[in-house]
Parts: sequence; C-alpha cells; structure tokens
Amino acid sequence: MIPAPFTYTRAASVDEALELAVQGGEDAKFLAGGHSLLPLMKLRLAVPETLIDIGRIGELSYIAEQDGHIVIGALTSHDAVARSGLLGSELPLLAHAAGQVGDPQVRHRGTIGGSLAHADPAADLPAVILALGATLVTRGASGSREIPAGDFFLDLFETALRPGELLTEIRIPKPHVTGWSYQKFTKRGIDWAIVGVAVQGGSVTLVNMGSTPLRAGAVERAVAAGSELRDAAAHAAEGTSPPDDLNGGRAYREHLARVLVARGLEEARSRS
Amino acid sequence: MSILGTRVVRTEDPRLLTAGGTYVDDLRVPELTQAARVTFVRSPIAHALITGIDAAAAREAPGVLAVLTANDLDDLPPPPPDDGGGGGDGGDGGEAAPLPLGGPWTEPLLAVDRVRFVGEPVAMVITTEHYQGEDAAELVSVDYEPLPPVIGADAALAGESLLFPAAGTNVAVTFGAPADATTFDGCEVVVERTIENQRLAPVPMEGRAAAAVWAAGKLTVWVSTQNAQISRFVLAGALGLDPDSIRVVAPDVGGGFGAKIGLDRDALLVAWAAKHTGRALRWAETRSENLLGMTHGRAQRQVIKIGGTLDGRILAYRLEIVQDTGAYPRMGGFLPFLTSLMATGPYDIGTAETAYRVIVTNTTPISAYRGAGRPEATAAVERAVDLFAVEIGMDPADVRRINLVPPDKFPFNSPCGAVYDTGAYSAALDKVLAGAGYQELRAEQARRRERGDVRQLGIGVASYVEITAADAAGGETARLVVHDDGTATVYTGSSAHGQGHHTAWAMLVQAELGIDMDKVTVVHGDTDLIPLGVGTYASRSLQLGGVAVQKAAVDVREQARRVAADMLEASESDLELDVDRGLWHVRGDPEASRTWAQVAGHAGEDGLAASVNYTEGQPTFPFGTHLAVAEVDTETGKATMLRHVTVDDAGTVLSPLLAEGQRHGGIAQGVAQALLEEMRYDAAGNPVTGTLVDYAIITAAELPSFELLASETPATINPLGAKGIGEAGTIGATPATQNAVIDAVSHLGVRHIDMPVTPERVWTAISDAREGR
Amino acid sequence: MKVTLTANGSEVAAEVEDRTLLVHFLRDAAGLTATNVGCDTSSCGACTVLLDGRSVKSCTVLAAQADGGEITTVEGLAAPDGEMHPVQTAFRAEHALQCGFCTPGMVMAVVSLLAENPDPTEDDVRTALEGNLCRCTGYHNIVRAVLAAASGRRPS
Repeated sequence: MIPAPFTYTRAASVDEALELAVQGGEDAKFLAGGHSLLPLMKLRLAVPETLIDIGRIGELSYIAEQDGHIVIGALTSHDAVARSGLLGSELPLLAHAAGQVGDPQVRHRGTIGGSLAHADPAADLPAVILALGATLVTRGASGSREIPAGDFFLDLFETALRPGELLTEIRIPKPHVTGWSYQKFTKRGIDWAIVGVAVQGGSVTLVNMGSTPLRAGAVERAVAAGSELRDAAAHAAEGTSPPDDLNGGRAYREHLARVLVARGLEEARSRS
Repeated sequence: MSILGTRVVRTEDPRLLTAGGTYVDDLRVPELTQAARVTFVRSPIAHALITGIDAAAAREAPGVLAVLTANDLDDLPPPPPDDGGGGGDGGDGGEAAPLPLGGPWTEPLLAVDRVRFVGEPVAMVITTEHYQGEDAAELVSVDYEPLPPVIGADAALAGESLLFPAAGTNVAVTFGAPADATTFDGCEVVVERTIENQRLAPVPMEGRAAAAVWAAGKLTVWVSTQNAQISRFVLAGALGLDPDSIRVVAPDVGGGFGAKIGLDRDALLVAWAAKHTGRALRWAETRSENLLGMTHGRAQRQVIKIGGTLDGRILAYRLEIVQDTGAYPRMGGFLPFLTSLMATGPYDIGTAETAYRVIVTNTTPISAYRGAGRPEATAAVERAVDLFAVEIGMDPADVRRINLVPPDKFPFNSPCGAVYDTGAYSAALDKVLAGAGYQELRAEQARRRERGDVRQLGIGVASYVEITAADAAGGETARLVVHDDGTATVYTGSSAHGQGHHTAWAMLVQAELGIDMDKVTVVHGDTDLIPLGVGTYASRSLQLGGVAVQKAAVDVREQARRVAADMLEASESDLELDVDRGLWHVRGDPEASRTWAQVAGHAGEDGLAASVNYTEGQPTFPFGTHLAVAEVDTETGKATMLRHVTVDDAGTVLSPLLAEGQRHGGIAQGVAQALLEEMRYDAAGNPVTGTLVDYAIITAAELPSFELLASETPATINPLGAKGIGEAGTIGATPATQNAVIDAVSHLGVRHIDMPVTPERVWTAISDAREGR
Repeated sequence: MKVTLTANGSEVAAEVEDRTLLVHFLRDAAGLTATNVGCDTSSCGACTVLLDGRSVKSCTVLAAQADGGEITTVEGLAAPDGEMHPVQTAFRAEHALQCGFCTPGMVMAVVSLLAENPDPTEDDVRTALEGNLCRCTGYHNIVRAVLAAASGRRPS
C-alpha cells in the first residue's frame, strides 16, 4: 500500500521547519521518524499534501542534564532514549519504557517527540512523561511555549500543539522518589499495550484506559494517605473510559488496570 | 553409507541468503519488462447488490490503461452446465462432491450483480506504474444496495437472508445420519460440548501474485502456486484454451500452507486480462488484500459428545460439524469430510458417528490451511478426551493410554472408515511423557496449586493420527536425465515452496546413483518442461514425488548398467555401481571403472533418462503425541508457553533437517491458533482483523525452543517407508497447547475455553468458574 | 525528486515520486529485489535493511528520507570474494530458512542485533526479533542460528 501523492520538503533547522509549515498551511505535516505517520498514510487514513521532513534537524537530538532537569530533544530516537546511560541512572522509567516501544527497527527510526505529538492513547511514552511530570517545550511562528504534560494530551490523537507548532524538547524534573515501574500488558511482545501502567514514586498513570493517557488520581491519593498498595490499586479504574475492542472489553481492561497498578506499585516500592 | 537419513544442509540456501529468492514480483524476465500493473477494486461491503459501476474518472487518471469489469468478460467460454450439485437437506452434494459447486452456487470471476464478501473482486484497474494503481482504484465508483449480511452459523442456518437465492438455502452440503439414540447406551459417563475451531488466515509471507503475457498464440503465466500443472488445466478450462497453448511457471514461492493450491479467481483474471488487453501484466497483492482475498481455513463449529466407563474406557463418540465455507463453496466444502474421516483419532472407540453441514456466509471463502480438516478432527477429539478425563477424575495421559489403538491391531479399521496403516501410538505417548518428565511436571503443578500461586502450571497432552497423501491415487511424476558431463537433472511434478525439495530429491539421486548431490539440478514448476504433475499439498511430496524420483533413479541405474556392461565388455549381472564414488565397474575389478559422464556419453542418442508417474493405492497415517507446558497468570489470564515436547512419527526420515523444520513451523502455527490467531468479522460482515497489527501472527518472543523426539515406524506401502510430515505440527500442537492452558486453570473449575485462548477469555473463564457460572 | 544514496557500496541515483518508499526505490531503481514487502503496517520486517548501519523497515521510510544515506541489503552482505557473512553461514547450517521470503529482512535484523548486542541470550534474541515474522520455521532454528553466529562457533 502506497501513500497518496504529496510534496516532500526537508528542513535543516527549526527555523526552516517553522517557515515551511507556514508555507504549507493546514495540509502540511511534520515528518520525524515517520513511524506513526507513514503507516497511516499508507492506509490512506492520513492524506497530507505536504510533508516537512524534520528528521535531520540535528539540534533536536540530544539528552542532557540542565538545572535539576533532564532535557531531551524531540527528535531523539526511542533507541537512543532506551540506551542512554544518563537516563538509565536518572530516569530509568523512561529509558525502560522507550525500550518497550515497537521493535528494534521501529526504535531506530521512531522519536520521542513524534510519539508524543501523535498522542495515541495506546502508546507507551505519553503516560510515562505524564507520570514523570514533564514539560513539553514547543516553538511556533509566535514563539516558544512550555506545556505541562497534563495539559498536552487533549483527546484521541489530539494535543495542545497548534497548527505549524513544533514540539522541540521534553523537560523532566529529576524525581524525588526513585521507585519506578512500567507494566505493559500485551498478547504479543510486539503489540500495543492493551493496558499499561507507569509508576514513578507516588505518581501513577495509565496507558489505553481512555482517549488520552490518564493519571490514576484515586490511586495516588490512597497511596499518599498510606493505604495498603493492593487496596490503593483497587481504585485504578475509577474515572477511566477504556476502549472496548478485540483485545479486551471494558470490564477486562478495568480489571487489568487494577492488577497492573498493584504490581506496578509493589515493584516501584521494591526499587525505592 | 547412504546419504539418506543424514543432516544435509540445503542446496537452495546460498542463493536465498545472498541474492534472495525470485518470487513473482521479483521477476525481471524480458517478457515482463513492459508489464503493466493490475490493481483490484474489491468490495468494501459483505453482502450487496451492485447497481452500477462508474469507472469514467478512473479511466482518466494518470497511467490508466484500462478498467475492466464483469461486462468485459465476454470472451470466455460458458460456465459448465448446472450439475445440480448441492443444496437442500437431501445432501445432493454428497460426501465428496466435486467442489467448487456449480449451478446456483457458481462463483463468478468478477462480481456481476452481487457481492458476497468484503474483498471480493469487482473490477480491475490496469496502470503503467505500480503506484498509479491504488490512486486510480480509489476513483472507481461502485453503487451498492446493501443486503442483510449472513455472518456465523446461526444466521446461515436461519436462512432469512440467502447468498444464493436460486439455491433456496445457505446449506450447500449435508452429510451423515441423525444421532442414534442408542449410541451412548452403556456409558457410565457422557460429556457433551459445543466448541469452536476458529477461522484462520494462512498468511504465507509472500501473498498471492501472478504475471501473464499473451504472445504468438501462447499464454505464459507466472503464479505463486503449489501446483503449476493443475493451474494450467484450470486456466485452460476457464479461458477456453488448449492446455498446450499455456505455460505456467511457479518461480520461488514464499510459502503456501494450502492456500496456494491451484490458483484463485484473481490470478485467473490476471491471465485473462493479459490475453484480453494484449498487455503483459503483473499483480502482487498487498497484505491487506491477502487477509481478505486469500482463502481462510478451519471455521468449524463442532458439537462433541463422548461417553465411556468410570475406569477410563471410551465407548462412543459423536462429532457434528457446521463448516462455514465462506461466500463460495470451494474446498471448504470438502474439509469436514476429512474431519469426519479422522474423527476418532488414534483411539480404539467402538461406536462413532459423524455428521456435518456446509454453510455459506458473507465472509472470505474457506479452503485448505495446513492440516485441512485433520487439525479440526484432532482438536475436537483431544478436547473430548480431556473433558472425559476430568469428568471421571483420571489423568488425561492415562485415559489416552487406555484407549489408543494397540500395536497388534494394525492395519486398523477405524469406525469412521479410515484404515490406519502402521503405528506405535502408546509408545509415542510414553516417549513424550518420559522426555517431558511428566510426573515431575504434575508434581510442580500440584505444588503451585497447593500454594495458590498466581502463576499456575498447565500440562496439555494431545495424541493424534492423521492422513497424508489422501489422494495417493493421483500420484506424482518425475523425470531424471543423466548428462554426459556427469551431472543430472530431475524434473519433478512436486512443487517446492520452502520444504527443501531440491535438496531432498538430490539426496535421493545421490543415494541411488552415487552422483554427488551438488551435481544434481532439480527443476520444478514449469509446465513447458514438466507438463504433467500434481504438486504439493496434503503432505504428499516425499511419499509420491520422492518415490517417483527414486524409481526414476533405479530405472536410470539399470539402463546405465547395460551401457556400462557394453563398455566394459562384461555381463550386466557382473556390473556393480560403487555408490560412494559414483563409478561403474565389474565385480572384483574396481580399478577398471567408468564414470557417469562416460556411461552417459556412451548411451547413445536417447541418453540416460527415465520418466515415472508413481501412484499409490493407499494413503499413509502418521501419528504422534505433543505435550505443551503453559504457565497461566491467573490474575490477567495470560498464558506463556514454557515447553513443547513432541514425537511426530512420519515413517522413515529421509532428511532429519527438513523433517524437523516442518515440525517446527507447524508447531508454531498450532500454538498460534491455540493462543492468538482468529480472523474476526463484526455483525455487518466487516473484517476486524484485516491487517497484521490486528491479526496476530506469532513471533519468536511468544515461543519456547521445541523439544523434538525421534520416532520412525516405517510405512510399508512405499519403498522409502515414508509418510508425510508437513502438517503434523498444526495437528498435534494446537490441542496440546489449548489443553495445557485449560489444564492450568482446571482446578479452579474451568472445563473449556474456546480458541484462541486469549488472556481475556482465560480471565473470563476463571471469573465465571469462581462465580459458579 | 532526485534521490541519491549508496546501496551496498554503489551509488544509486534516480528521479522518483516524492512518495516513493525506500523499499520500492531499492527494488525498482536500484534493482535490488531481495528485500521483500510482506505487509502494509510495519509489522512483518520482511523489508528490513540497514540504513547507516542500523536496521530499519524500508516500507516505512521514504526514499527521500534515506537520500544521501548508506543502505545495506542482504545482497551486500557477503564478502567480495563471495564468502557468506557469518550470519548467512549460520542460517544455512542451522536450517533457519525455508521459503526464503522473510529471510533477507530477518538476516539484516540479526546483523543489526549482533552489532548492538554481540553476546545475546536466547531471550534477547527472541525479543529482538519480534518485529520480524516468519511463517515457516517456527523461529526455532533462526534463534539457534543467531546464537551460533554470535558465539562464532562452528554451527552443529
């Protein structure tokens, strides 16, 4: 299957990418690694008229430490995130979860920024950066913005990014509580999560339990109040609206959320 | 020492590993240099009337050479006369009705006024370039008037909506007697259950593909098929051509698994369109097309009923099948016949009954998929035996041992009409139990149950017997030529698509003639070179095609003996062939010898050549036992396979390497059916597993390494002692895996979970059992 | 647009549609037909090649994205004298291929895997190959071949 015809352009810098976006208008899309967008285009579920290839903007591929934060360029590949020594010691949750994305080939091409901007509720990284309390840094024609992860994901495949605005950096505060866990439940290793759970200290978030990554607020409050972990986990499905599809019905996903949150809390505690 | 039975690496591999195979879409032959591309327009609706097709916009699109619809099919011979086949409850179709059925059930090439499944070909777009085809196909506008879809057995049997109004029913074939009320008399325990053997997609890694050229009164068709020769006759009939004016070539074929037997209407259309338009054409389907357009397999709803005594003796068994054959009764209509024939499996059961109905639904047609009717039989009886065992509280392995056909009963006449040739069924069972450490596994299971572990252990056993080369009488061809440079060429009617025929046939030549296998070229799948042959399916190759090669070699050897005797001025009876060195000499005088090159050079105009068409009167019956060990997470329902131990006895093994490869691949597909795969439709007949994201092919990460145990009980009807090995894996592994998962949670009250035993189904079964549902 | 890249050490340049996928550039413009297309959804890995030394699924990369890059396909793996790469040798010795359709992509995925993890466990291998589907071998002998190639031992 072949994408519908489009015009390919390539940006060498963020400034050039933003300029091309202005020229391309509403029917232009940024292309990073392409592992979210190109599959949709091949199935002709996405039909952009212009692609702006930002994949070679070297200035957006980095992992560094800055003022008590870890900063990651949006075009850093999943593979680089997964293998980063800095992340392995400072943000093992993120490094581990990035290593769970897709398969090795996908991780070589796919980027953290591409995954976040695509905002698939079944994807691993949106819930992880939500658990980590990240801030997303963007640049657009009207300047730069910093968007807390909790405000970034608006709906299914919908983010706070404005047309022509580019996600450039993910800023993550170094966690105070070190215990972490990522519980990804799939039928096959290669699959998207049927349900996933990210835990960092007392922060608990859910993959694929609604149209965006969700914070398991009731669980967090119960943990903070000193509940037994299994008791706290019983609240995992509160306020969720999971999909009902061939991989699982709502009741099953709600059950999985409770099981996986319990396991995640226990694993995180064992690591703290 | 003979090369047979030794671990010989494949002759095919260096090319496949360094240059890649040449599959249809890789062909860069001169005839196809200017080939245009075929893209099919397929129905997006399960059941509808076609009220109009507007191709005007598509015809104006860039690169479009033609858009063809059913109206263009005006240069074909009339369909075969109505044979009155099928229909009604009288079973007109009969047990072995030639399928596909004609008459009211006739399948068109392109949909005429009605579509019956999502994916049915409606029009063909021909473009100069590949990419233009998908663009133009989107512009073909088809007006559909939806009809009520028929999805699933209940809807088909209700008959409120009919796929073929002229047939008056959705039941294409009915076979078997109504249940006899006395069958289960005398049984102390009777268990009955309705189970599903779900619909699968075969998914060979290469989808369907064809290319065709019509030139100088001859049609050349390259097609990804298991049977070039059969395809030639199908094409001749469909296109109204003399078979002599058709050449079919099967180049490298990227897997078949039964779904590439012969050729589909799509490939027929490519051949027709090449003749119709005068253009060289090429078509290779996408995976999304493949999942809907290539035939599916299995799709049986089964009612199993088993009865016996409290001490473990099975006395009676009944199997009723509703076979969903999809939108058109192709080979799917024949599968339940094979299932019924093998219904009682390897067990000596006094009374057995089978009955089936074949229904049409608005889904992709059903045909053979690795095992083709036999995995369905084994899945049914192996579930039945486990249900019976748990009901009487006996170890399922013990129940099997009590009931397996004992070694002194062969040949064994099964109550379903099969004659099992040779076997050592309980020896296979015991070998697997010993190899797996069965008692220790049961002890570990007991410990986990005792502790109430979250992760419980399940042990699944499945014993089987299957039928291979069911159409042995159809035979297979071989021609062997020894050239005057000392090399040899084998022309085989068998068709290679991964099995390693080229290696195996060369081994046979080396074993008989002493010509080094590196000097043996094997040719298959070109009807100009091999006009007659049957091809590869039903695990028939070695026991028919291989024997044909061996017999050709023996014939050539005796010809050579005469020539060499003449050369060495000795009597034929004094001539000896030194197979290790490939030299002819007079007995007692090994120094004065002649090479194969010399003998062939001396053989005169006809050279050294032999043709054989080997037929066999009886099929063979391989057997074995599989044991699977599963770990089930009782909180999530997810099963992880820890071990898989098997004996697959297919008679004498020619190539252990190839035989093991067949077993490995089949096991993986069997585990996949048990755990993961299912082709699903929604109520409207839309496929919901139409890509490889949703149709879950098993990966390396879901499988353990396999533990294969050897066992060889020779067949007696062919000189190689061979039975078929190609389908053992799916037949044995599927129920072993399913039984293992159910066994892991049986102490919680779970008795059955339909395949695929997904995490959600396992969790639901546990929840239901806990709540007494 | 014009795309120029290096395929197996040779420069290939062609004027192609902007939407051309790398796999079709390789098959049609570069004439390298070993790399196959097995699905539409980046699921099967049959199209795996090395792009600048790392495995990618060439059905999910635009030729334009690979412009200026270095591609290695299975045709470019053997030594100039024809001697097979250790992974190819191990695949033959362990009977790790049957129909051969997944093989070029599988081999390239393995080459990339061993470059990143020269001493994998069986679990590492199975996990690393989850993006490459094979319908013939059940993966058993593929895993054995990878372990054999990694250890450098003469395969059994």
